[in-house]
Amino acid sequence: MGALLEARNVVKHYGSVEALRGASFEVRAGEVVALIGDNGAGKSTLVKCLSGVEQPDSGEILLDGRRVRLDSPTRARALGIETVYQDLAVAPDLDPAANLFLGRELRRRGLFGWLGMVDKAEMRRRAAEQFQRLGVRVQSLDVPIGSLSGGQRQGVAVTRAVVWANRVVFMDEPTAALGVVQRERVLEVIRRVRDSGIAVVLISHNMPEVQAVADRVEVLRLGRRVARFRAADVTLEELVGAMTGALHQEDAA
Amino acid sequence: MTEERTGKAVAPASTVDNNVDRMLPQRTLWQRLVTANTFWTGLVLIGLYVVFSVLRPNAFPTLFNFQTLLIEASVLLVLAVGMTFVIITAGIDLSVGSVLVFSGVVAAMVMEGLHGGDATHAGWGTILLGFVLSLAAGAAWGLLNGVLVAVARVPPLIVTLGSFGAALGAAQLLTGGVDVRTVPTALRNTIGFGQTMQIPHLVVVAAVVTLFAAWLLHTTRFGRYTYAIGSNAEAARRAGIAVTRHLVMVYGFVGLLAGLAGFMNLAYFGTTTISGHATDNLNAIAATVLGGTSLFGGVGSVLGTVIGVFIPAVLQKGFVILGVQPFWQPIAVSIVLVAAVWFDQTRRRARERGR
Ligand SMILES: Nc1ncnc2c1ncn2[C@@H]1O[C@H](COP(=O)(O)OP(=O)(O)OP(=O)(O)O)[C@@H](O)[C@H]1O
Ligand SMILES: [Mg+2]
Repeated sequence: MGALLEARNVVKHYGSVEALRGASFEVRAGEVVALIGDNGAGKSTLVKCLSGVEQPDSGEILLDGRRVRLDSPTRARALGIETVYQDLAVAPDLDPAANLFLGRELRRRGLFGWLGMVDKAEMRRRAAEQFQRLGVRVQSLDVPIGSLSGGQRQGVAVTRAVVWANRVVFMDEPTAALGVVQRERVLEVIRRVRDSGIAVVLISHNMPEVQAVADRVEVLRLGRRVARFRAADVTLEELVGAMTGALHQEDAA
Repeated sequence: MTEERTGKAVAPASTVDNNVDRMLPQRTLWQRLVTANTFWTGLVLIGLYVVFSVLRPNAFPTLFNFQTLLIEASVLLVLAVGMTFVIITAGIDLSVGSVLVFSGVVAAMVMEGLHGGDATHAGWGTILLGFVLSLAAGAAWGLLNGVLVAVARVPPLIVTLGSFGAALGAAQLLTGGVDVRTVPTALRNTIGFGQTMQIPHLVVVAAVVTLFAAWLLHTTRFGRYTYAIGSNAEAARRAGIAVTRHLVMVYGFVGLLAGLAGFMNLAYFGTTTISGHATDNLNAIAATVLGGTSLFGGVGSVLGTVIGVFIPAVLQKGFVILGVQPFWQPIAVSIVLVAAVWFDQTRRRARERGR
């Protein structure tokens, strides 16, 4: 089976910082790929390039084997790509339902909808439904999510991505602020999303977590992919070795 | 979450602990009231009104006093309602007073010009033209502000400080610094002083604007995006909201309202009052912030701004009627204002710490 989403030799500079130096990456439908690497390896930058948030300086991105230009987040979302950003990218002053529907507000029916009025009650109802379905606990649906705990906010961001994605979900450290129970729930959600045929990309610094949920692992180091593994075969030493540069496998010219 | 989108989504039934009740009850009306800033500032306003009424039962709570209070607040209310939108986007507009003057000047000069230097007896055709020009002039300044803020990315404080000076300068250039003093009598008698069943028409205009703005801010997608941008502009962008275009529209809207205020001002005073609006911007900002709108963006309400406009207005009237030196009014307002912002800051910091 070919790659669903693929990046080839992506280069991205921030001023004089070279965040990606020809990074490649691929994910297939119905698999969980863990994207790992040391701090500053370029994981978040790669995710942003593949979500339309940042524009690569060079390199290509392919969806279903065809070159695509992800020139805006809207474009990526229209193609079924959703992202849980490392900084979450939520509006802290809006409630969970408003965040879940941000940019996709449901309109009321008829004249009111035509005038641009949003259907708050329906959005709230559907949001509650989705949070329940995914086992995300939110202490109240009527408070700005800035007043929720870090983990609850992360739950909202994960729910938003999962609910809208129909091809690829990127999760940039979605479990970073989570307790044991909530972390287990997110991993469970990841498995369920994968089983529904969607590609999941998990970024994590937690190796046991990676080994527990990923089907494959791709390792990024200094802005390049340096290794790929099947999660079932790989050892912790190999993963650490690839991240630190002790083990070279590919792309290393 | 439309049908076709959820089609592919995850299967239900988690294995982990799903007997917990997560369909949370909606908060009761009372719970929502006491946690709302507007509730408390509203109480302050009512309290002030009651105190002055008790102290001067014959002079303060009269129909006439109430009408004057409303009329005098009308123009500021229109400015402050617009200001609420900009401040919710985490911006600011210092130019509203100057744009008000500029718009009034444009309208008055054209109306005068059409009638050979004296517009006093001008008819409704002329008045309508003046009205449209006033709105257009205001909107143009607003759009200019918006483009500079959102496209050129100059900080709003600087952009609008610039147009604060430039719009007033332009108005003075146009008039040679002398107020235009002929305003159609028909306009003054209807909008300026007119009343229907004791309700001044100027107040009706302000009320309609306020209701429209409240509807726009609190129930429409436009309003939702206004909050989202002020709360986290980058998140709004990533959610596919056209942030730049929206900001331009918000500043344009404020300009439009300032243009309307300019025309109302003309109808009420019968002159362009060029030098009378240097502090309108600060009054509008103070009213907005008093009403609970956060200078950090993302939070605010039109109702709050209405309350914020009337607290200083009631203080002013009350002090005059009590014979307290009116100089106390700005002092009192400032204290309440700083307290309000301090409160907002503490609330935010408490939340940041919770992260
Ligand atoms: N907006 C930016 N401006 C300037 N430099 C940036 C920016 N974003 C990232 N960088 C730089 O790009 C490099 C890669 O950063 P990136 O955030 O992609 O790393 P990461 O692999 O996600 O790290 P972490 O595990 O710490 O999240 C770093 O050197 C970082 O300093
Ligand atoms: Mg990162």
